[in-house]
Parts: sequence; structure tokens; C-alpha cells
Amino acid sequence: MRWIWIDRFLEFESGKRAVAIKNVSLAEEHLHDHFPGRPVMPNSLITEGIAQTGGLLVGEYHSFAKKVVLAKLPKAVFHFPVIPGDTLRYETTVDYIKDDGAMVTAVSKVGDRVQAELEVVFAHLSDDDRTKNLFEPKNFVFTLKLLGVFDVGRRADGSRLTEPPGLLKLEEELKAAGT
Amino acid sequence: MPSQNEVFEKVQSVLCEALGVDEDEVTPEATLVGDLGAESIDFLDIVFRLEKAFDIKISRGELFPEDVLTSTDYVANGKVTETGIAELRKRMPFVNLDKFASNPNVKDFGTLLTVQDMVRFVETKLPK
Repeated sequence: MRWIWIDRFLEFESGKRAVAIKNVSLAEEHLHDHFPGRPVMPNSLITEGIAQTGGLLVGEYHSFAKKVVLAKLPKAVFHFPVIPGDTLRYETTVDYIKDDGAMVTAVSKVGDRVQAELEVVFAHLSDDDRTKNLFEPKNFVFTLKLLGVFDVGRRADGSRLTEPPGLLKLEEELKAAGT
Repeated sequence: MPSQNEVFEKVQSVLCEALGVDEDEVTPEATLVGDLGAESIDFLDIVFRLEKAFDIKISRGELFPEDVLTSTDYVANGKVTETGIAELRKRMPFVNLDKFASNPNVKDFGTLLTVQDMVRFVETKLPK
């Protein structure tokens, strides 16, 4: 199972900003427990979706050569609860991308209403023994494809962001390596 | 060049944003790790906010000389050697290392840095 909490990218400007949407539906089982009789999209999962939007933005900038992990939320303010039928729009903007980490500022909106405001700091893990087998960042190229980034994405120079060549070969290699 | 007070106020607001602490906790004597609860990842955040607030560039390791503290050239048996202390003094003239030098346990280094040290550090980076 893949832990994906966004449905599709609407905008993707390499190294700068990305916009993704998340449709909230009663078909999602977790809403039946959170809370019984009063379904509310958990803000923790909204945070996860925003971190995925921003994390893929940062990871793509490094061509997924670095392990990008959520490290810190300096700010997370939520204004109202999100319910089934709402479409969340996560707008993320890069504040900085450095060698050892990155930060994005994000807002989550339902229609024109600002539902949440976040700052998300990502760390870039070094490839030491402890983290070597944690995950294979190159796998995220497939996530980008799944989420439509190559349909809407732009490079920093404005040209179309295209699927990296040899994606099929990479998929086979990763499968063979069992990652 | 801004006055020391102006620098302090900006450093104070940077630390409030990065560490989620109240302004009155950020006194000049407060230590970042001990009193304000900063963790290693916070330094990444603090460095970025300082760069933005003061329009300066801070290189990796300037505020926290990880490379010195993990190098066998400068550390032996969990303590910073004399050569190591000399290197730290050279690299971090804005920190008072006298107390640390008397019992230089590497693990205590992180608790040294005070808000006042940060102010002095920023001042060394500002155009004269």
C-alpha cells in the first residue's frame, strides 16, 4: 500500500511552488472513526498531504537523489474542520532549498477560504548506514507520474517537465532490488 | 550598522518563530538548547531565518561546528583536545569558551550557545 494523501497536482514549478488537491470522501474509512456520526478530515492527515506536496517539490529539485524527510513544523494553524465533499487545495511555496534541508510555506484552502497555514521544514538525510535502507527516493518519480506532475509540471526555465528517460528501466531495476 | 539592541530584537523574533517560545523567554543569557529547547534540526531553521532577517549568508557549520566535534583530529575520549579548543576559538570568536575549556565534554558543547552569542555572531556577519 502506498501512503498517499494527495490526489493530483494542478501546478508544479520545479524548485519554486506546487499546488495539489485532495478530495475528501465518505468512502474513506478513517472518516467513519473520526468521529463516529461526525466525520472530520484529521488535520494530521492534511499536514501529511501538505508535507507530501512540498516534499515531492523539494525531492524533485534534487532529482530524488536525496532522502527528504519531514523534520519540523515551525507553524501549523487550522481555521475550520474539513468534511466529506470538500476539496482541499494545498498551495506550497519553497522558502529555501539548501544542501542539508529545505523549508516550504503552505496554505490549505477549501474554495477561497484559507483552512490552514503551515511552515514545513525538511531535512536531507545523509546516506549513512542507519538510513541506507530506509527508503529509495528514486521511487518518488513514479509517485510524480501517478499524481499527474508530468502533465502540468514546469522546469525553472518554464519548459515542460518531462518524465525522466529510462523510467521503465528504473522501475525494473528497483523491482529487482526489492525496494 | 544597526545598534546591538536592534540586532537583539530581530534575533529575538527569529528565535520566537523558530522555537515557538515567548519573547520574554528569549533573554540575552538564555541558552538555545538548555533554556529554549532548540534541537539540532532547529539550527537549520534558525540559520535560514537569520539569513532572511539580516540579508546575510551563513555557511554550514558556522553556528554549530559539527565537523570539529566529530573529528578525531580534535576529539579524544569524548573530550575536545587542546588543538580542538584552539580551532573552536578561531571558528567561533563570538562564543565565550573559557568555561567549556575547563571540562570540554563534547556532549556539553551543544548547551553553550546563548542568545547573546547569536547577537554577536550576527554582528560579525553584518557589513561594517
